[in-house]
Amino acid sequence: MINVLFFAQVRELLGTAKVEVAFDESLTTTEALRAHLAAQDEKWGRVMANDKLLVAVNQTISNWEAGVKDGDEVAFFPPVTGG
Amino acid sequence: MIRVQTQDFDVPTEYARIAVDHSDGAVVTFVGKVRDFNDGSSVTDLTLEHYPGMTESVLEQIEAEARERWPLNHVTIIHRVGTMALGEQIVFIGVSSAHRKAAFAACEFLIDFLKTKAPFWKLEAGEQGEHWVEARDSDEQAAKMWEQE
Repeated sequence: MINVLFFAQVRELLGTAKVEVAFDESLTTTEALRAHLAAQDEKWGRVMANDKLLVAVNQTISNWEAGVKDGDEVAFFPPVTGG
Repeated sequence: MIRVQTQDFDVPTEYARIAVDHSDGAVVTFVGKVRDFNDGSSVTDLTLEHYPGMTESVLEQIEAEARERWPLNHVTIIHRVGTMALGEQIVFIGVSSAHRKAAFAACEFLIDFLKTKAPFWKLEAGEQGEHWVEARDSDEQAAKMWEQE
């Protein structure tokens, strides 16, 4: 299982903060996970296609080539705006 | 010391905590506040969302990086989350060091990096409703300046 989290605008647009995705051999990179989520429907496709979307794997900022394995926590969110 | 909290903080208390050692000749503090008229529209309040766990670890990394660059003694980073009204305090950065240059530089570095690296997001509410604050290129450039040094 991959624990997938969404924050801020991404969470709001998708209407969910968290989904669990069954891990399989086709989901071994962040890009593959993003494509898998995007394929759900038009709304998910639009949100996951945003070129400003960021990804973190196990709470560390990452990129689209990064590896994903069973049990990982993967978060998708927009550019940060704290401070 | 790193704290992510909903409640407000008291600047004199936080100052006193980092200004205790006689080896420190300099204490620099920064407070970020909820301000009106972000991008021209009036703001009544702000809601800060964060990624629990990742936020704290990013702030710890930023502190560690500052300590590698400058000789620092005390470092405090406090960031509030939840809803804050216009004029309320959002963030506190406090740094003590033997010398002022290190304290000033580290304080600026910490807020520049916090703004571009720590997973916080601002939702602004105003007369025109709510909207998510957009990341600014100027903040990204401010953080990049430190990477060139």
